[in-house]
Amino acid sequence: MQVAKALLQQDLSDIALSVNSKTAKDVERALAKTSRDLHDFMALISPAAAPYLEEMAALSQQLTRHRFGNTMNLFVPLYLSNLCANECSYCGFTMSNKIKRTTLTISEIQQEIDAISGMGFSQVLLVTGEHESKVGLDYFMATLKAIREHVSYLMMEVQPLKQTEYVALKQLGLDAVLVYQETYSPQHYAKYHTRGKKQDFLWRLGTSDRVGAAGIDKIGIGALLGLGNWRVDSVMTALHGQLIQQHYWRSRVAISFPRLRRCEGNDNNASALALPNESQLLQLICAHRLFNPQAEVSLSTRESARFRDGALSLGVTSMSAASQTQPGGYSQPSSALNQFDIDDNRPVKDVINAIEQQGLEPVWKDWLRFPHVG
Amino acid sequence: MLTIANHPFSSRLLTGSGKFSNATVMRDAVSASGSALVTLAMKRVAANHSNDATLRALRGLDITLLPNTSGAKTAEEAVFAAELAYEAIGSQWIKLEIHPEQRYLLPDPIETLKAAEALVKKGYYVLPYCGADPVLCKRLEEVGCAAVMPLGSPIGSNQGLQTKPFIEIIVEQSHVPVIVDAGIGKPSDAMAAMEMGVDGVLVNTAIATAKDPVTMAGAFARAVETGRIAYEAGLGTTSTRAAATSPLTAFLEPS
Repeated sequence: MQVAKALLQQDLSDIALSVNSKTAKDVERALAKTSRDLHDFMALISPAAAPYLEEMAALSQQLTRHRFGNTMNLFVPLYLSNLCANECSYCGFTMSNKIKRTTLTISEIQQEIDAISGMGFSQVLLVTGEHESKVGLDYFMATLKAIREHVSYLMMEVQPLKQTEYVALKQLGLDAVLVYQETYSPQHYAKYHTRGKKQDFLWRLGTSDRVGAAGIDKIGIGALLGLGNWRVDSVMTALHGQLIQQHYWRSRVAISFPRLRRCEGNDNNASALALPNESQLLQLICAHRLFNPQAEVSLSTRESARFRDGALSLGVTSMSAASQTQPGGYSQPSSALNQFDIDDNRPVKDVINAIEQQGLEPVWKDWLRFPHVG
Repeated sequence: MLTIANHPFSSRLLTGSGKFSNATVMRDAVSASGSALVTLAMKRVAANHSNDATLRALRGLDITLLPNTSGAKTAEEAVFAAELAYEAIGSQWIKLEIHPEQRYLLPDPIETLKAAEALVKKGYYVLPYCGADPVLCKRLEEVGCAAVMPLGSPIGSNQGLQTKPFIEIIVEQSHVPVIVDAGIGKPSDAMAAMEMGVDGVLVNTAIATAKDPVTMAGAFARAVETGRIAYEAGLGTTSTRAAATSPLTAFLEPS
């Protein structure tokens, strides 16, 4: 639990003070360096860096092209279940919401995979609510066995699992695990998560250690921007990524920047003040790139088409397109069960056009499934 | 003329097919580079090979494909990728890349040596990407590699020949071609490597991410050629030896 331990040692109010005390001079020093530390990151996401956004974007674009080439990876989320045994006030799947609950059967999942393959995708992110007893290891294993050969890179965004469970899933071809901490502030975390296993802040925080120790290829992290102080949560995310790279050097790190969105039962307006605006979101993407040139950065359809088109060449390495956030949504579209409302709902070909307009090549496959894993 | 495993290649510049903005730019750049050996990441090749845009674009060129094992973290995985390359495109050539380390993509010397030995036994022409470690390069040569490909600096870093003193030793000791792979950022880096007497260089990022990849590919082609000509012409030595104005050993001569 080396990563979690180091994260727990951070003093969040100190970080908030540090970020707020950064000046234009600190920003200029951070921009001038070729290798940047966490204090440089704080300067780059501080209010003092706002006037430097154009320069940050240029540097971020340069670093990204250099490391990842003129390419953009494409993936699609596949929602398997909206059952959830947690109460999280910001989420459409929250337990007390009276929505229709469904968990796809294996044959329904196969239909979804057919629909997704027909759209061109082979890099797939499996998503569920968190319901350990009904949507747990057995269900995941059965799913992987059924679909793995139709997918080139398999990612999962489900409840935090045990290390032995990650090892078992890796043997069935699991490539990446995404678990977002939501917020790194235990106080804020407790406020939003009021029932269920997800209340256990430490169990969630220890996920990246368990995934790393299981030897999974990629570890996805992020904070749900808008739950706490987004700047502090972003500093913690940046540190989290760096710690994973140091301790689990065989794993890649991917960072996401989900901003809180309206969902069934909650328009999440109360938190609107704490949300980064679009300029700040771009500042954040660029700051992560300048701090961590090797991290993969993902931008989902939560954001608008206009923002995605403008930002996609400035630090992003993977995008989803034409996403459905309700189970069964690709083969039988209906909007009744969405986890949250997406914004960019253009068809895949429009997103591809936008990517190519920016001089980037869409990449549909970037991985080999090796038979001797484990 | 570069000869690897008794196969002649018309250019000493090897290029890659990744990181380009589209398959057309890639094809034109590879063509302008004059490369005869071009790498291809098996992990990028579509499961339905005939449908793969990169592969289709490369097939129109007079080149030998050099599939690589990028993505492999162990010797077993690299052997699997090589077998896949043989099935997909019938290639006995394999660029062996095993970099479990995810930030700087540095090659794992232990896994690389293991995989090289296994692949040579299976009949592949193995070109291993490796650290600029002269002893490792000898070991790779001993297990039968067709060439060695030591890095000039971390891959994609464009930092040039940071490992120069070690590359010099490798060139001096090697009985197989030495191809500098990774880190070459500018045509002048490529020329400097060629002047040292390496047999070839592999350049991908610096061409693919240039503002004008096709023109840059041509610039690298000329730099590599010039560097080789200079090496063959015998560079004037820059002497660091002392030359005393009054000879120190004159007293030995009979007076």
